[in-house]
Amino acid sequence: MKKHRFVCIDCPLSCEVALTEEDGKILEIKNNRCKKGEEYAIAEFTNPVRILTTTVRVEGGILPVVPVRSKGHIPKKLIRECMRELAKVEANAPIKCGDMIYENILNTGIYIVSSRDLQEDEA
Amino acid sequence: MIDVDVAVIGGGPAGLAAALSAYRNGAKNVWLLERNPELGGILPQCIHDGFGNFIFKEMLTGPEYAQRYIDEVKKTGITVKLNTMVLEMGPERLIAVNPKDGLLDIKAKAIILAMGCRERTRPQILIPGYRPAGIYTAGVAQRYINMEGVMPGKKVVILGSGDVGLIMARRFTLEGAKVEGVYEIMSNPGGLTRNIVQCLNDYDIPLHLSHTIVNIKGKKRVEEVTVAQVDSQMTPIKSTKRDISCDTLLLSVGLIPENELSKMADVAMDPITGGPVVDEAMETSVSGIFACGNVAHVHDLVDDVSKAGETAGKGAAEHISDKIKKRKVPVIVKGGRNIRYVVPQIIRNEDFDKRITFYLRVNDVEEDVKLVLLSGEKLLYKRKENVVKPPEMVRLTLLSKFLENVGNELTIEAQK
Repeated sequence: MKKHRFVCIDCPLSCEVALTEEDGKILEIKNNRCKKGEEYAIAEFTNPVRILTTTVRVEGGILPVVPVRSKGHIPKKLIRECMRELAKVEANAPIKCGDMIYENILNTGIYIVSSRDLQEDEA
Repeated sequence: MIDVDVAVIGGGPAGLAAALSAYRNGAKNVWLLERNPELGGILPQCIHDGFGNFIFKEMLTGPEYAQRYIDEVKKTGITVKLNTMVLEMGPERLIAVNPKDGLLDIKAKAIILAMGCRERTRPQILIPGYRPAGIYTAGVAQRYINMEGVMPGKKVVILGSGDVGLIMARRFTLEGAKVEGVYEIMSNPGGLTRNIVQCLNDYDIPLHLSHTIVNIKGKKRVEEVTVAQVDSQMTPIKSTKRDISCDTLLLSVGLIPENELSKMADVAMDPITGGPVVDEAMETSVSGIFACGNVAHVHDLVDDVSKAGETAGKGAAEHISDKIKKRKVPVIVKGGRNIRYVVPQIIRNEDFDKRITFYLRVNDVEEDVKLVLLSGEKLLYKRKENVVKPPEMVRLTLLSKFLENVGNELTIEAQK
């Protein structure tokens, strides 16, 4: 039997979830204050995932970059490769919050969308 | 002179929520004054997620969270004045300026302070050494990367483990910089545990507790910083000094409520929170002046800031319609054992709301404690906590009927 401790990042309560396993089989999960803590501990143990937030370049906007986010979780081990993919992207202003920036990144089925409105630079 | 019902100073999360709440609670002519060219305060540069968990039951990024409130404000008759700086303030009176209207002389039946806070800088923590380029507060670096599309440096040392510093450790790493480490003078991290996990541990960035920076080297650009361990008196230990090569030093060493205007209006200040003393409606010592969000005390979560804004907005609306009934005897709220501060600091109103939320911070990390509310010797309420930590604000929400028979003093303390 092996014990693991995961600090759930799903909300600011930061529950310290305890997971007990034997040969990769999960036996017990405790100390979580909600269902999300359990899901988080299972994911951390089997395939850790994260939300990716970053920026991409923008042509013709009031700012040179626009913030973007993954619409769903991305395997943690793919985060850096996603960053390299998104470094190649240039979006065009105007942009609305929620606009598609990159479809199905690295075949994860996850979309990258804009997370703010960005107006055109009229000057 | 322009007559308004409620003037809100600051269009960040506190001001947005306060303006909306004042409007929804019946104030007709609400003005929202913001010195930036856009609303949202600091949120547009906080592109990471984790906002809105309590209010929207969703994990939003900062810009998305701001957008929700901005969209709501647009649906109302609230007057938004951007690029507008408030220069002077007194009871019911504001002098502001912007490039379009020029000078604005505003008479307001109620004023809501929502100016937020700003970052503590190098001179305020007295780091010796040269003054080269490459030293930034974490929030300034955040703005450069996330809004201006500029990388401030390639090899980064971070002093202080506040949340913005932790978030920036991850951000710099994702953008290809090397973050050498985070150095924290205290023996416990300054930021939320979840940020230690997802920003430092995920990227193998070391956190050095009980360490500080004792020298900055480099004439034009930062070349090296000298770090040292500190003893229990927080004095650097000479034998532990070592130099670390870097081109950038980020400071994440605390936030200070921005209260120059409040002081101008002779609002009574709390020396611990750095913000005005407020009652449960977020009204300050000056009748008709309310304060909410980080101007009152520095919060960890934007959701709490928005909640405080809502309370202040409701208070302001009820103030101008004369709905608020004052208690005969106000109740002074005090922090007892292991409590650094409690907000509100005073309870003055009758039936303001059905419930009262106390926000408090502890002095020291403590496990298995009881948070208790005492009126003299009388126990009014208690709650068990597995662990309390200084960086994690505690919320205590009570039905106001609990406080019906309270005397003129209330103490909240952590009991072992």
